[in-house]
Amino acid sequence: MSKIKKVGVCGAAGTMGAGIAIVAARAGFETVAYDLSADALEKAATQTAGFFDKSVARGKMSEVDRDAVLGRLTSTTDLEDLGDCDLVIEAVFEDLATKQGLLKQLDGICGERTIFASNTSTLSITEIASGCERQDRVVGLHFCLPAQLMKLIEVSPGINTSKETFHTAWVWTEATGQIPVETQDKPGFILNALLVPFNNDAIRAVEAGVAEPGDIDKAIKSGLGYKMGPLELIDLIGLDTQIRLGEAFYPITLDPRAAAPALLRRMVAAGDLGRKSGRGFFDYGNKAMFGG
Amino acid sequence: MTYTIVSNGDSGSFPTGDAFLSDASQDAEVVIYLAGAPLHADDGKTAILVELGTECLGVHTGEGGGENAGEEGSNILGFNRYRNGSDAPSNLIELVRQPRSSQTAIDAAKVLFETAGFEVALCSDQTGRIIDRLVRPKYNAALRFLDEGLASAKDMDLTCRMGLGYPDGPIERVCRGGLGHHYDVTQALFETNGTPGYAPARRAVVAKQRKTR
Ligand SMILES: NC(=O)c1ccc[n+]([C@@H]2O[C@H](COP(=O)([O-])OP(=O)(O)OC[C@H]3O[C@@H](n4cnc5c(N)ncnc54)[C@H](O)[C@@H]3O)[C@@H](O)[C@H]2O)c1
Repeated sequence: MSKIKKVGVCGAAGTMGAGIAIVAARAGFETVAYDLSADALEKAATQTAGFFDKSVARGKMSEVDRDAVLGRLTSTTDLEDLGDCDLVIEAVFEDLATKQGLLKQLDGICGERTIFASNTSTLSITEIASGCERQDRVVGLHFCLPAQLMKLIEVSPGINTSKETFHTAWVWTEATGQIPVETQDKPGFILNALLVPFNNDAIRAVEAGVAEPGDIDKAIKSGLGYKMGPLELIDLIGLDTQIRLGEAFYPITLDPRAAAPALLRRMVAAGDLGRKSGRGFFDYGNKAMFGG
Repeated sequence: MTYTIVSNGDSGSFPTGDAFLSDASQDAEVVIYLAGAPLHADDGKTAILVELGTECLGVHTGEGGGENAGEEGSNILGFNRYRNGSDAPSNLIELVRQPRSSQTAIDAAKVLFETAGFEVALCSDQTGRIIDRLVRPKYNAALRFLDEGLASAKDMDLTCRMGLGYPDGPIERVCRGGLGHHYDVTQALFETNGTPGYAPARRAVVAKQRKTR
């Protein structure tokens, strides 16, 4: 049985935070969605309602259940409203100082029992925790994108995380119907530690003239049964984001495979960011989002 | 497109009984050399296709090492039907070209394999071609993570299946295909590229040493 009853989500108007709030509320937890802007929270709430409307339309959920879930989900721009949460999950910008600052603030607001969890992809749980007084009650809960659909959560203890905290967080992920896996507090945990260098290698293969992007993706999909080729995936992630991932990993791991390839930097400099700019390793016609 | 097969034994791409073998004919416009059968160059053929293992096509082509300062290429192409060691072969043919390979030969090879129901990815004559070059360093990393205690094999595999939608995880896959095979492929990649990501992981080295003891 989960000891957690009430969950707070910080950065809940963002891509991951909105999905995490859905996971918590859907599983029956009273959920408080916190972000900096009321407008952004309003937009996220509308999208969340739309998500559950679709679930009803597809017969996955009754109208009564939808209304109950939405009733459990409240929004706020006041951090004080997270004071009585048992678990606060932060999914704010991927920036150590921002995350440390937030946890420090929460430290003064939340009760003794509250566990803080971080959804960081690349930062250290131990370093994020080092900004607050309750380092034994900070744990990594790394959801996958889109959080409301993907079941996997990487659960990582920092150096000072207590066994009890880890266990409570683990039981909570199971109570939400997600699938937890345990990883050490290392850059990228499992998923990104394998994926980021692999994607860089695919870029280096293009750079080295091994094959055209289309042939590389075809080989990986057909030969290995992956749903998406690595270059198609990088176009979706964004080439600028792939640079940031490399920059987060390489200085810590010194793994040459993690370093952003020169071709990636050239493409970003040329404005080729992937799907969002209309062109990356593949051309997406006129679907560019520049300027709206 | 008709093809003749010259074979030196059991082929990794087309094991005994594979339908592709039975559709071959005599004296056809394309000749396919399997399982290391000695190659005879013949300009009169539309294409000559050599099944490759971990070696480059340059090992088989032409005189004096078969490479000519970036000008190499003829109607002789390399290929391999991708296979994860002892797993069943996939549906993917990696077709290997050299800088001056004949476009007619490339087009013919593509049509031939695609007509037989395969998918074809064209690549240059580099060690590991496309797939092994990309996935073997990842399997090395997963094997190293296992040694370092990042996570259990089960959790690493589950993460890749659930988090990335792969049909299987890196540890189960590399073990199923054979750690000895992984050693051979990564050793060839490491010999050519020299970067640590390609160096066979400890578990592959152990598997190889046990085999040769
Ligand atoms: N996008 C992904 O694929 C993905 C996957 C897994 C984990 N993550 C991690 O999740 C986190 C969020 O990523 P995202 O892609 O959702 O980002 P995002 O930019 O979509 O959302 C971040 C949200 O945090 C809010 N925010 C920033 N500072 C805040 C603060 N001090 N207090 C409250 N809210 C604040 C922003 O207003 C924004 O709404 C990052 O740590 C990221 O590494 C991202």
